[in-house]
Amino acid sequence: MNVNRTRLDQSQAPIYEALETFRKMRVVPFDVPGHKRGRGNPELTAFLGKQCVSVDVNSMKPLDNLCHPVSVIRQAEELAADAFGAAHAFLMVGGTTSSVQSMVLTACKRGDEIILPRNVHRSVINALVLCGAVPVYVNPEVDHRLGISLGMQREQVAKAIAEHPNAVAVLVNNPTYYGICSDLRAIVKMAHDAGMLCLVDEAHGTHFYFGGGLPVSAMAAGADMASVSMHKSGGSLTQSSLLLIGPKVHAGYVRQIINLTQTTSGSYLLMSSLDISRRNLALRGRMVFHQVADMAEYARQEINAVGGYYAFGRELMNGNSVFDFDTTKLSVHTLDIGLAGIEVYDILRDEYDIQIEFGDIGNILAYLSIGDRAQELERLVSALAEIRRRYQTDGTGLLNQEYIDPEVVASPQEAFYADKVSLPLEESEGRVCSEFVMCYPPGIPILAPGERITAEILEHIRYAKEKGCNMTGPEDPDLKQINVLA
Amino acid sequence: MEMWFSEFHTPDVKHSIRVNKHLYSRQSDYQRIDIFDTPEFGRVLTLDGNVMLTERDEFIYDEMITHVPMAVHPGIKDILVIGAGDGGVLRELTRYDRVKRIDLVEMDPQVVEACRTYLPSNACRMDDRRVHIYFENALKFIRRCEAEYDLIIVDSTDPFGPSEGLFTREFYGNCYNALREDGIMVNQQGSPFYAEDANAMQRSHKRIVRTFPISRVYQAHIPTYAAGYWLFGFASKKYHPIDDLDSESWNALNLYTRYYTTRLHKGAFWLPAFLEEMLQEVED
Repeated sequence: MNVNRTRLDQSQAPIYEALETFRKMRVVPFDVPGHKRGRGNPELTAFLGKQCVSVDVNSMKPLDNLCHPVSVIRQAEELAADAFGAAHAFLMVGGTTSSVQSMVLTACKRGDEIILPRNVHRSVINALVLCGAVPVYVNPEVDHRLGISLGMQREQVAKAIAEHPNAVAVLVNNPTYYGICSDLRAIVKMAHDAGMLCLVDEAHGTHFYFGGGLPVSAMAAGADMASVSMHKSGGSLTQSSLLLIGPKVHAGYVRQIINLTQTTSGSYLLMSSLDISRRNLALRGRMVFHQVADMAEYARQEINAVGGYYAFGRELMNGNSVFDFDTTKLSVHTLDIGLAGIEVYDILRDEYDIQIEFGDIGNILAYLSIGDRAQELERLVSALAEIRRRYQTDGTGLLNQEYIDPEVVASPQEAFYADKVSLPLEESEGRVCSEFVMCYPPGIPILAPGERITAEILEHIRYAKEKGCNMTGPEDPDLKQINVLA
Repeated sequence: MEMWFSEFHTPDVKHSIRVNKHLYSRQSDYQRIDIFDTPEFGRVLTLDGNVMLTERDEFIYDEMITHVPMAVHPGIKDILVIGAGDGGVLRELTRYDRVKRIDLVEMDPQVVEACRTYLPSNACRMDDRRVHIYFENALKFIRRCEAEYDLIIVDSTDPFGPSEGLFTREFYGNCYNALREDGIMVNQQGSPFYAEDANAMQRSHKRIVRTFPISRVYQAHIPTYAAGYWLFGFASKKYHPIDDLDSESWNALNLYTRYYTTRLHKGAFWLPAFLEEMLQEVED
């Protein structure tokens, strides 16, 4: 959990250093990419900058190869593993989606059962479509006031493990989008005692590896694999990510799994950003995330002082389904000022030029990170105060968002590839869905392939559409039609 | 020996002032503060390399941002001043006996300290008993105020640095809320001449127009600012800047001014055609 733990000299950045050396060598390129250090695409060079396009290069001996790293990429991976306390780390260039999918594909084969909470990111269920594993859902507890799914209770996980002793893995969100953590150490132990792997989606938890007073990280808790979105709180470029593994998982097999779907032209912009960001986190992360947590705490106090809003924090902790809370997250419940979260999200962008991470039925989330400053936080708080003054309503007609317990009729893969028919949404009640329906962000499915469509779910979709949520997933982009099993 | 201070008004336009002596230089928590002694403009205060004021022409700015609202609204007693750590605005406002309270909110204590030492002709009234100085973020300060002030003067730096928050819709909305039902907000509105400045000016005007029922722009000529041509915004809940001008009462106060007159007051609101067009573009 802290920088003193590292064995290696974390001030190195081998990919970055190799690119700097390579640039000075002025090698004549008769290889891809065809823009040839930007010369062939002057408009792009003017837009992105010469410095940037000059290191958009291909794999070659001095720069290593992401598909089979032996030199600088390997060293960068070793440094990342050291910084994150993992047995091995993989640099990923297909987003944390690719990390999550590699994790699931490593653990599961066709027909295997995997235990997971239903409020997972779509990438997890996508991976199930790819490999044919079958989900065993643990119902997350719900906070009825906030309308959000919490973590998994220990008893629920134990029950799922007892009922499905042949399951191969337990997957945990650490934390959820809202910053809520389950009792990860206990769940890891339960999984290991039952001979299962513990996989952790840490898309929103990069900073756990570098913070005092933050929830336990997957590697520190003894988990077997973790997907870490370096590009979220870690500061690297969009689409770059890390996959971490513990000592029980075979690194060579994970590399094979990654190479099934990964590009053979890994971007050096992304890889160098991972390298430089890892160095920064290892050297300065502790101080930085301490500041981020302080800023979030300050913002919570200020927002709660405005009145009407509820910016929630550690008071939600209950020792089980909210075992810990990530204090760098700034989530605000908006229903008490008579506005849906998505409405506040839209007003912030349209009227105040403030873009936040997402708004759902009852809450908004502002993402704070390594790049934030106090003056922008003041703008956010003041804008929320203004929105309350100008737009607050008595809340008539607002719905709260409730967890809907899914009825899984078929595995995601079976349902996705089965014969299907397209029905008008309103005529689909009772049928089995063969595609995803979700609001994006947060990208947590309302319906996943293989789940029964109920009146409750249809009402939820209708309401989310009406409030302006961006609905994604189905073949029909307007979601007037939905695909169901024939 | 030649020593020059230069400021880029655009990437392609540079304005230079010969310097006798560099009197003060300090990096505060927010910005770099410098004070120069110059043969033409006297002492010059710059923040992050941008001229904030010179002894020679500050009177134009400080008179125009204060006397215009003071001559329109006869009941101004409680005033909030944002920025203006040099004290020039306070110096003008404290000349009115009817003013009961002036709250000054300045982010950077170093600016005040530097001006007290090196610009005494501006900072001379900071210790007036009616003046209260708060070193705080203005957005935070004003969020807590409701119907408390008759006048708010926003004397900010340009919108591309630490003052960016003072050109936003949320800030103007908070100002509206902090003003009494007949309150006025006056702000420095930048220059309409160079493209980047003009664009920022239009953006803030648009936001003010959507916040206040009355919103007009007036102008002054300030040699050391970009293009020598500067704008102020007059935003108001009730009083009209020309129709409600009470020239007789203001002139009866017998305040000596070097730029502002009640005749100029009216003229300052009549704008050149290109500027009228730019403002109309964002008013609809």
